[in-house]
Amino acid sequence: MNAAAAFFYLFSTVMIGSAFMVIAARNPVHSVLFLILAFVNASGLFMLLGAEFLAMILVIVYVGAVAVLFLFVVMMLDVDFAELKQGFLQYLPVGALIGAAVLIELVLVVGAWTMAPAAIGGAGSPTPPDVSNTLAIGRVLYTKYVYFFQAAGLVLLTAMIGAIVLTLRHKPDVKRQVIADQNARDKSDVQLKKVPSRAGV
Amino acid sequence: MNGFEDGWVLPVLLMLAKSVAMIVILLALIAYYLWADRKIWAAVQLRRGPNVVGPWGLLQSFADLLKFVLKEPVIPAGANKGVFLLAPLITGTLALGAWAVVPVMDGWAIADINVGVLYIFAISSLSVYGVIMGGWASNSKYPFLSALRSAAQMVSYEVSIGFVIVTVLLCAGSLNLTDIVRAQDTKLGIFGWYWLPLFPMFIIFFISALAETNRPPFDLVEAESELVAGFMVEYSSTPYLLFMLGEYVAIITMCALMTILFAGGWLPPVPIAPFTWVPGIVWFILKVTVFFFMIALVKAFVPRYRYDQLMRLGWKVFLPISLAMVVLVAAVLQFVVH
Repeated sequence: MNAAAAFFYLFSTVMIGSAFMVIAARNPVHSVLFLILAFVNASGLFMLLGAEFLAMILVIVYVGAVAVLFLFVVMMLDVDFAELKQGFLQYLPVGALIGAAVLIELVLVVGAWTMAPAAIGGAGSPTPPDVSNTLAIGRVLYTKYVYFFQAAGLVLLTAMIGAIVLTLRHKPDVKRQVIADQNARDKSDVQLKKVPSRAGV
Repeated sequence: MNGFEDGWVLPVLLMLAKSVAMIVILLALIAYYLWADRKIWAAVQLRRGPNVVGPWGLLQSFADLLKFVLKEPVIPAGANKGVFLLAPLITGTLALGAWAVVPVMDGWAIADINVGVLYIFAISSLSVYGVIMGGWASNSKYPFLSALRSAAQMVSYEVSIGFVIVTVLLCAGSLNLTDIVRAQDTKLGIFGWYWLPLFPMFIIFFISALAETNRPPFDLVEAESELVAGFMVEYSSTPYLLFMLGEYVAIITMCALMTILFAGGWLPPVPIAPFTWVPGIVWFILKVTVFFFMIALVKAFVPRYRYDQLMRLGWKVFLPISLAMVVLVAAVLQFVVH
């Protein structure tokens, strides 16, 4: 067994184990921490594939930003587990039905999985040594797929604006600091007062 | 003995030896950076600073180390033990892990990977977990508030750091740290480094680095007048030491990143004879020290920010400026240079 295989089994075992613990852990904060562990191991698997750019982006975006917000929210929420578990048996049949449906769909999709002929050729050919995969991704992303890339950007922008519109509330009675006004103040606006000792203003 | 036949055991051992050497040298340097930080702070306030242990207090950091290690770690009864102890470990390991890709001299990096900048960026974005986990696991009010503050603060400033890095990448045309330094190797010496053409980005990076490492004036996470010691309130002895160590290693990492991105890494400031004889690592450490001196001075004479002002600076000032600069730099490179 070579080192790459050993690391592959290490990463995948830890990843599957932590993915299981995400749903098995009783404490939601522990769940999120296991989710993060799963992300980090997935990034390790990408690294083994030679997709170092994807590996780093996975860590930066998912672990460094998205999971921080998950953790943030989960830590602040005070979830009552006794209450959550109460309706468990009542909803079990419906849940099991949905779960079975999703499982069957997954089996159907994976069973009918075929590789695109172009992809099979690509998988066999090694990466040319003078092109790093960051460069390769950049070249196709900004040329061949530039419209899809822009469209994805627009979708994200819409989502962002939507989130802001939903949460932004104008409170007219709150006094806010306006930095521009402070900076625009002239020296003549300031009143200097000579205060005599022990007399107050 | 399959491993020896495949020929991966020896490289692994070599890498292990290199890593150990790097960590030992780094930690020894950190001990003196810590001492220097206290000395500079003291000098600005006309105090003497640490001056008892060893000549000029030079052994102060080692005395502190001994004290921390020999004391009893106290774990609060209500704490979530596993996460509580994991948090300082994560902080310490991540901070040291970033140094795996730092090229201290031409070819002197433990791992000279193609996405070096992204790696350091990823590691520094992970360092927020040490703070959040520590703050949450302590099961106490001040650490928790501190964890919430840090989560928002570190995520905010990462955005502008990311854009600053993008401008440097555009100029250098590579994500590899060694290549970024090589791209700054011109006949102009110090004036060929990226601090000059990207001066606004350099300033933004410096300030964001302060915020990212929770240094004053952005140390809202550990603001003693409001939160005592922030997320470290419940920590004692070795776990506390790991937090402290991780924080200082992260600061030095940021100094090293500034050196590589803006100050030509191991390159001599004047590319002529007597200066080029000096080994590159000396220049590297010298530059890191200069940046650390600046950071230490900021701690000594800038008052702390208010939290809403900190958020405003990150999102409403730095983000638009750095975004505009990315567009500008890309346009200049596309239409003027090429």
